[in-house]
Amino acid sequence: MPKRLLVVGSGTAGLMVANLVARALEPKIQHHDVEVTVLGERDDYIYQPGFLYVAFDLMDPRSLVRPVRDLLHPRVRFVQDRAERVDAASNTVVTQGGVNLPYDYLVLATGSRIRPEDVPGLAQEAHWFYTLEGAEKLREALKGLQGGRVAISVGIPHKCPVAPVEFTLMLDAWARNRGLRDALEITYTYPVARAHTIPAVAAFAEAEFERRDIKVETFFNMEAVDTEAHVLHSQEGTDVAYDLLVTVPPHGGDALGGASGLAGAGNWYPTDRQLLQVQGHENIFAVGDTTDLPVSKAGSVAHFESEVVADNLVGLLSEGRRPGHTYAGRAFCFIETGLEEATYISFDFQHPPVVPTPSRSIHFFKQTYNQIHWANLKAVI
Amino acid sequence: MVTADRVIDARGSFCPGPLMEMIRAIKTAEVGQVVEVLTSDSGSRTDIPKWAEKAGQELVEVVSRDGGDAILVRKVK
Repeated sequence: MPKRLLVVGSGTAGLMVANLVARALEPKIQHHDVEVTVLGERDDYIYQPGFLYVAFDLMDPRSLVRPVRDLLHPRVRFVQDRAERVDAASNTVVTQGGVNLPYDYLVLATGSRIRPEDVPGLAQEAHWFYTLEGAEKLREALKGLQGGRVAISVGIPHKCPVAPVEFTLMLDAWARNRGLRDALEITYTYPVARAHTIPAVAAFAEAEFERRDIKVETFFNMEAVDTEAHVLHSQEGTDVAYDLLVTVPPHGGDALGGASGLAGAGNWYPTDRQLLQVQGHENIFAVGDTTDLPVSKAGSVAHFESEVVADNLVGLLSEGRRPGHTYAGRAFCFIETGLEEATYISFDFQHPPVVPTPSRSIHFFKQTYNQIHWANLKAVI
Repeated sequence: MVTADRVIDARGSFCPGPLMEMIRAIKTAEVGQVVEVLTSDSGSRTDIPKWAEKAGQELVEVVSRDGGDAILVRKVK
């Protein structure tokens, strides 16, 4: 009887874990000692960091999408279906299609979803760059922009924490290039006391916003959108009028967690911060956006967590070795600061980030990473 | 001493976790109810009172309790 690893989710974390394990245990898979299965709803993978560029018409959306099968190690089985429920007592996942998938080890990599519907009026009125369709719609809206008030609003939690800062700074640079900047009033709103949850990013962003004449409203938690008057109301009682509203909607976890009785508030899995096991379940791991860890919901976090979980799974699947590799909260995020310059932050649980001076070379490295990512996903590098 | 209508244990979570828990809880509370957030994040001691002031809600008290701070806010509008 082979040892069975089941990975639920075919996004960044799911593909990386499956490919890393398959690459390490290829002979065992070949000899039917180990079986690796990925269960995913979609048969294509979308590189989400590209959405920001799509919005400014800097990237062809088709370049962001590849078939899941092409990205998976040939010895990984792919099942296209939706996971409906995890039955942890019998080590089985039940799919929407009615298939029972048994496992010895389970990886939950179901990501996060935007929830614009949580704010009345937001879904009807706002643009966002958190789905491919949304980014394309925003691109068309920006093409038609002649001037007026642009408001940026942010819900928490959300994936890619630096994206609202990047969008705002890119919008400023884009408008200057088009000779539109004087005709635009840009207002950036944010839910906490400063312009970003990470103090170093907040200090950097606040200085840049001031230098570029971008207004900032802090302690701004979206309450509702008046779609007639084009005004965004906050829970704190402040209003922002707009002609174009760009939002980062609040996010939630996949409904699978709640349906299975495994996830807590927001459908995030309560996760051990070092071993990434779902609390109370030694054979279930959570990776990527779906955890409740106090770390960024970002591709790099999914990547670094995947390496830890994959290393532990290789030991468990091949020798029954107890997990010993631990996650230290490592994260790395590029920050585009315009159309030709970027900076980055690198940090972990113990070491808060600093923000280096933006440069063209960091921007160039980010552009290069957009290609390297495909090799990362395949666990080639 | 004021007794909270709802207590949220946010110990172990970092900024902005405890603040966002308070903001969410006040949003769904009834006017007059008191929400208590237990936090071990030192930033919460300044961030939550600052938010209450901005939002026009009443800061009831901040006390040290159970290895952290208990911050109580009454929804007044």
